[in-house]
Amino acid sequence: MQWLNIILQGVLIGGLYAMFAAGLSLIFGVMRLVNIAHGDLIVLAAYISLMVTQSVGIDPLTSLLIVVPAMALLGYALQHGLLNRTLGDDLLPPLLVTFGLSIIIQNGLLEFFTADSRRLQAGSIEIETFRLAQGLFVGALPLIQFAVAILVIAGLQVVFYRTALGRAFRATSDDQSVAQLMGLDTRHVFAMAMALSLAVIAIAGVFLAIRTNFDPAIGPARLIFGFEAVIIGGLGNMWGTLAGGIILGVSQAIGAQIDPGWQLLAGHIVFLAILAVRPQGLFPRISG
Amino acid sequence: MSRVEHATRSSRIGVVVVAASLIVLALAPFWGDRQTLRLLAEMLTFVALASLWNLLAGYAGLVSVGQQAFVGLGGYLLFALAMLLDVHPVAAILIAGPIGALVAIPVAALMFRLRGAYFAIGTWVIAEVFRLLASQISALGGGSGISLPASVVIAMAPTRQAREFEIYWLALALTVAILGAIVALLRSRHGLALTAIRDNELTAQSNGIDVWRIKFIVYVLTAFGTAMIGALIFLQKLRISPDTAFSVNDWTAFVIFITVIGGIGKIEGPIIGTIIFFVLRQTLADLGSLYLLVMGAVAIVVMLWAPKGLWGVISERLGWQALPLHRRLVTGKETGGKL
Amino acid sequence: MPETPLLEVKAIDAFYGDFQALFDVSLSIAPRQVVAVIGANGAGKSTLLKSIAGLMHPHRGEILFEGRPTAGAPAFDALRRGIALVPEGRRLFPSLTVEENLLIGGQSGRPGPWTLARVYELFPVLAERRNLPAPSLSGGQQQMAAIGRALMANPGLLLCDEISLGLAPIVVRDIYARLPQIMAEGLSLIIVEQDIAQALRASNHVYCLQEGRIALQGSANQLSRESISAAYFGV
Repeated sequence: MQWLNIILQGVLIGGLYAMFAAGLSLIFGVMRLVNIAHGDLIVLAAYISLMVTQSVGIDPLTSLLIVVPAMALLGYALQHGLLNRTLGDDLLPPLLVTFGLSIIIQNGLLEFFTADSRRLQAGSIEIETFRLAQGLFVGALPLIQFAVAILVIAGLQVVFYRTALGRAFRATSDDQSVAQLMGLDTRHVFAMAMALSLAVIAIAGVFLAIRTNFDPAIGPARLIFGFEAVIIGGLGNMWGTLAGGIILGVSQAIGAQIDPGWQLLAGHIVFLAILAVRPQGLFPRISG
Repeated sequence: MSRVEHATRSSRIGVVVVAASLIVLALAPFWGDRQTLRLLAEMLTFVALASLWNLLAGYAGLVSVGQQAFVGLGGYLLFALAMLLDVHPVAAILIAGPIGALVAIPVAALMFRLRGAYFAIGTWVIAEVFRLLASQISALGGGSGISLPASVVIAMAPTRQAREFEIYWLALALTVAILGAIVALLRSRHGLALTAIRDNELTAQSNGIDVWRIKFIVYVLTAFGTAMIGALIFLQKLRISPDTAFSVNDWTAFVIFITVIGGIGKIEGPIIGTIIFFVLRQTLADLGSLYLLVMGAVAIVVMLWAPKGLWGVISERLGWQALPLHRRLVTGKETGGKL
Repeated sequence: MPETPLLEVKAIDAFYGDFQALFDVSLSIAPRQVVAVIGANGAGKSTLLKSIAGLMHPHRGEILFEGRPTAGAPAFDALRRGIALVPEGRRLFPSLTVEENLLIGGQSGRPGPWTLARVYELFPVLAERRNLPAPSLSGGQQQMAAIGRALMANPGLLLCDEISLGLAPIVVRDIYARLPQIMAEGLSLIIVEQDIAQALRASNHVYCLQEGRIALQGSANQLSRESISAAYFGV
């Protein structure tokens, strides 16, 4: 029963990892850009939520109403003003510019907020638990966060496959010049994709901040978890990414149970094993 | 009758300048004080690391943000060999190279399954794995790290001054050897292939160049050099820990910024970049973490508006090369036009 | 008699890098007219269309659409102003279904007679396959979908780049047979064709390009076969 609890915890945190991954793979799908600053933007969202909750006095989940639009706007501006200039055939510029961005965000946060560990307080909901079965408990917050992750992924699928914006995403990703011939302003399309990605990042960041302590340096690890979830799950498939996140979360949970120092290592090893044995991922839809 | 020539007028001057600088540098222990020697040694190791990263990213098109894996590996190999197996520290540095290369082989086999930016993040994961594994080795200090015991330090040389001279000359020799190897590689037939890959990978491939085999070789060779430099770095520091050994900031961020600002895809770039980096470091020293922020911003600006870096701008405007690396076809009459 | 031309191309030069593809090319088309541009491979036909569609900008000369210059406008502006291109090789969006491809054409929101229903009326075979992925269609069906996609934008000028390429003659005739229906609402058409006979049958006015220059132009029914061959091959 203890193992069942552990696996359940792993599954639930897998939802958070899937949210990390969703924003990453959305951008890659639309414009073949991998945002190295992705994890640091998650942390930025956490800090924005911290500022909002402290100054306005609302709880973190309500702060989403402010943080999500703020981050979406930031994403639009970032893509339109900076990252659109890096797109092209050469892979060096987007990689190096987003790497520079990552360093800038980390150190900017460090200057502004210091390296102190922070946490967002969500109130009484943090300690509520449900009993699923004899000896099997699940916290209200992890459950809500998992449900939100599923909603986010389902929402992204709806946007991609049932809206005009999603059509624009897919068309631009297929053939940029013909998309322009059809009247699509590709700069705007890319900026909307980044805005959407940052909106997802905002949600993930707030839930992360409620769940664990955070400081300016934890960004890269979140990028890595998101990336591992994408690769394990397979490119081009959002639900595969959810599966990837769950597998990662469960591996980490099992590893932690064996030895606390092995938590992260277990996840990396599973990732490398899948890379070795099935590099296209478990549920791929497109090739990288 | 035509033949390929490497030199131009500016590169002939460049060779003289380089030779003169090497003599001055070799004599540094006699004209410089202790602080200067340490600074020069640090600069030399960064020139070496940046040149190796430049070879990997600028020529072979493999952008790694995980080279700290091999820096840390070299460092830990030094400590392991010297402390646990009684190997002389200098010998340990030399052994770290081949071991680093051996480790790089399965790593490359795994990493080459990823492309582009995903390859980059993958190399970061590898570095993280190395860091986590290192924290598990209690014989080498586990998570908090360990210092080099006095017995090992004395084994290098009896006095502190002698040790510092020795480490400095090691840094100089290693850096010159690595740069020399890179230049030799680039002047060879493989180097021509690498330059073709740098200029246009798809075309290179369709011209029959086995792109992936060359990338594999370059990755392994780069690991070889990086591990040796890593061993040297931690010999100088006398103390190692997982966080310092595998630090992304120290061994990757700085290296990338140096190469980008100096000029990717050109040999002279990392040298120029290192000089600029250290000048900036001296002038911005009081700013703390703002320093990294400024570096990041400068790197972004350079990447967007001067993607060939400072040396790229200079060499295009003035047509200079510091080292005889370009290939010119020379016929009976001078035809010019470099390849 | 001369109405204001819908499109005026005035003495343009076009370059791909250092390579000059068009030399001093001029062309004009009136409303409700069909102009054919013929020429051998590499003569510059596609370059001309790309310049008109705004994908390339001429180094010299200017292009006026509805009296206004197209210079400096971004590539996506052409459609909003009323110029739609049916690209060479169809180039439907492979990730989209047939209907989604058509809808993309219409998302610019230009008012006009062409709707999804009208396009399905024109090409019934598309209606049958509306939810299938675009790559699953045959060549001829893809060509119809590409035309339909461009029509959905309700353009004033439709540019057709080699729509007969790779298609069986009977399919080509079938598509060209619908041209009158397509033009019924007041469209102008520029067709680029390698099939000279088809081009002459379908158009009012013909321009022949040879190595980037206009070698011949005139009314379709007045030009002789000999003069066309001479201009086409440059003999």
